[in-house]
Order: sequence, then C-alpha cells, then structure tokens
Amino acid sequence: MSDSRQLVIIGSGPAGLTAALYTARANLNPLLIEGLEAGGQLMLTTLVENFPGFRDGIMGPDLMGEMRAQAERFGAEIRQGDVTAVDLRKEPFRIVMGSEEIRTRTLIIATGASARLIGLPAERALMGHGVSTCATCDGYFFKGQEIAVVGGGDSAMEEATFLTRFASKVHLVHRRGDLRASKIMQERALANDKIVWRLNNVIDEIRDPAQGQVSSILLRNVVDGERTEVPLSGVFVAIGHRPNTSLFTDQLEMDAHGYILTHDGSRTSVPGVFACGDVQDRVYRQAITAAGSGCMAAIDCERYLEALAQGLPEAVPIEN
Amino acid sequence: MAAEQVQTFSDANFSQQVLQASSPVLVDFWAEWCAPCKRLGPTVDALAAEYQGKVVVGKMNVDENPSTPEKYAIRGIPTLLLFKGGEVVESVVGLQQKDDLKKILDRHV
Repeated sequence: MSDSRQLVIIGSGPAGLTAALYTARANLNPLLIEGLEAGGQLMLTTLVENFPGFRDGIMGPDLMGEMRAQAERFGAEIRQGDVTAVDLRKEPFRIVMGSEEIRTRTLIIATGASARLIGLPAERALMGHGVSTCATCDGYFFKGQEIAVVGGGDSAMEEATFLTRFASKVHLVHRRGDLRASKIMQERALANDKIVWRLNNVIDEIRDPAQGQVSSILLRNVVDGERTEVPLSGVFVAIGHRPNTSLFTDQLEMDAHGYILTHDGSRTSVPGVFACGDVQDRVYRQAITAAGSGCMAAIDCERYLEALAQGLPEAVPIEN
Repeated sequence: MAAEQVQTFSDANFSQQVLQASSPVLVDFWAEWCAPCKRLGPTVDALAAEYQGKVVVGKMNVDENPSTPEKYAIRGIPTLLLFKGGEVVESVVGLQQKDDLKKILDRHV
C-alpha cells in the first residue's frame, strides 16, 4: 500500500509538533509519525519550569499533550508507528513503516535524541531491574533505599533531587570535579542533604547481573585511583543523549557524533529534507529551542514547496 | 470496547485471578504518573481483545497495590509479566511494539 504526501514529519517532541502546527496552518496537510517514544524526552520529566508562558511551570507530559492537541486542531494528521527505513536518494522520498510505504515530496526530521548509557554489560542486563534512565517512571520503586544517579548536567541534578523524595540516600556519581548543570539546578541539589557527592568518580561495575538485581556499584576515583564499593539497589543513568539518526546513515551529512548537519536554517544536505530539534542540535537541547527550530523547519519547508511550484532554482529535483 | 475485556487486578484478587487461573494471564503493572505506561495502555487493550478466550489480560495499579509489585521485584514500569500455572513465564520491561508482544504471547498459547 502506498500513500502520497506533500509533507511527512517524523517525530513528535516539541520540534515535530511545532513543525506540524505551523505547516498545518499553512495548509500543507502534514502527516506526523510518532514512534514508540511519542512526545519525546519531556514525557519522562516532571515539572518544566523554563518553558515561557507557564509561570508556575507545567508538567512535561501535559505540555506535550497541549502541543499535540494544538497541532491536531489545525488539521495535522498524526499516525502511530515506527519508521523502519527511509530512502532519500530520489524524489519523492520513501518512508517505510513495516509493510506500509509512504511517498512524500518533503520531509521534516524531528526524531530527537535518546538516553545514552554508560556502556557496561551489566547495565543492559539490569535495565528495568534496578538500572533506569527514567527517574519519574521508576523512582517510586526505591522507597527508603539507597540509589545512585550518574551524570553532571541538568537532567542528573533534576533526577537526583526528584529521587530524594523516595530514596533514603542518592549518590551523585560524576566523572569530573565540577558540574555542567545550570546554577539553579546545582544549588537545589547541593542544598539537599540526602545527596552524597561522588565527584571525580566513574562506575567500573554494576553488581549483580547473576542475581538479576542491583546490589552495589564499584566506583573508581579518576584522580587517585581509589576504588569504593557502594551497596545500593538502583542506578539512574543521566549522562546525556545521542541523536536518533540511524535511519539516515549514509543519506544525510552528519557530524562525528551522528547529529544531522543543517545549513541556512533547517536545510539538510538533501534539498526537501529539513531537520529540527535535538537531532541536529548538540548545543542547546531545550524544549523551547526544539520548538523554535521546528517552526524554522516548517517555514523553510513551506518556502521550498512554493519555490518548487514556481519552478525556481531551489526546487531543482536531485538527479540520480 | 477493548477496555471491557481488560481485568483489573489487585493485591486482594491476584492469587485467585492470576495465580490460580486456568489460562495464561498477562499483567500490566502501571501507574497514573508513568507516561510510558499510559502510552502502552491502548496496546494492552488491543491485546486483550485479540487474545480473548486465549489469554486473560489485566492491569495492576502499583500505587494502589504495593505488595504484588514488591513480591515480583518490579523496579520499573511499565512491566508486563505473563503468568502460566501460577509462575512467571515471560517478563518485559518498558515500552514495546504490539507485534513484539504478540510474538511473546504466541509462544504460550
């Protein structure tokens, strides 16, 4: 079954939904595909206090619910499913979702980023059994217990602070001596006496996969090499994200870290393909910058289609 | 529609409705504050309809029922456990595609 479209948007975080809102209002009839992690990273947060317009903050999932409803109100079509392959070598582009295929003249990529893991074998084995990347989902199961949060950025501070609601003690493990997190998030965490600071430390081992649960972590101080075993029952990993770009490998220009390279706003190396949000941003990575770049991609896409209709130079189809 | 086929399990009825059931039982552990759980909800509803008569499908709210999740050492939600003859035969943590869950259920029906 083949479906022909003017515009497909992949991704349903702030970038994708803002692009959908703007292109729906421009009558481009966008089809937005939302995957398994629909709503993006904000679905895993609690109170968002830095999205302008909400002076008392808004819960991440509520904010995403509002954005989704707003895009739908103006006619954006939202479909659930995971894109399994794309072909950007010639127009119309092909988007494959299992047995279904969609053809589209333009594509906006807003696939975002997913949590990065430390890379220990035990980490995967114990995921969901004491190892977690989602404090709001799993913190509840660690009432009165000791846990660790790994990372030194805003998400690590937020998770550590949030997890003190449940845990008796939170060990904050960070490989450097200073934190990357914003001042306000650091101050909140530093003021919390349930947080034990394990700076200049890395986790060498998470025990014990054989038991199917977390029983301790083995820390190594990167300055003096000292090793410490800390008995605890949970490890929350908050060491950043990696862009979700495996679908586009060898088809779009990317940097060494796999972020899609954009030029002149949201344009990628393939005319007619635009990228917005965390998938192309390794600097700012905020809900508001993602939303802003979603708006840029929508306007760039709209102008591209207008130029195409008028036969202007930007619209020359790629020869293959 | 599908939601009508989905059972509600609790600490109180778990033994009778899950452990002593004659057919396999899929239990979805969830909570109101868990966004991925809400995302998985409709998939579980659909499975309940598709496997009607073959697999009993139900949900357990972990806030209201703390003992059962503790007994099965649940450390994250959503978690799906498949019970057969009172024993856990499958355990899946996190969001899943419906087709992947069907493959798991098909091994036991």
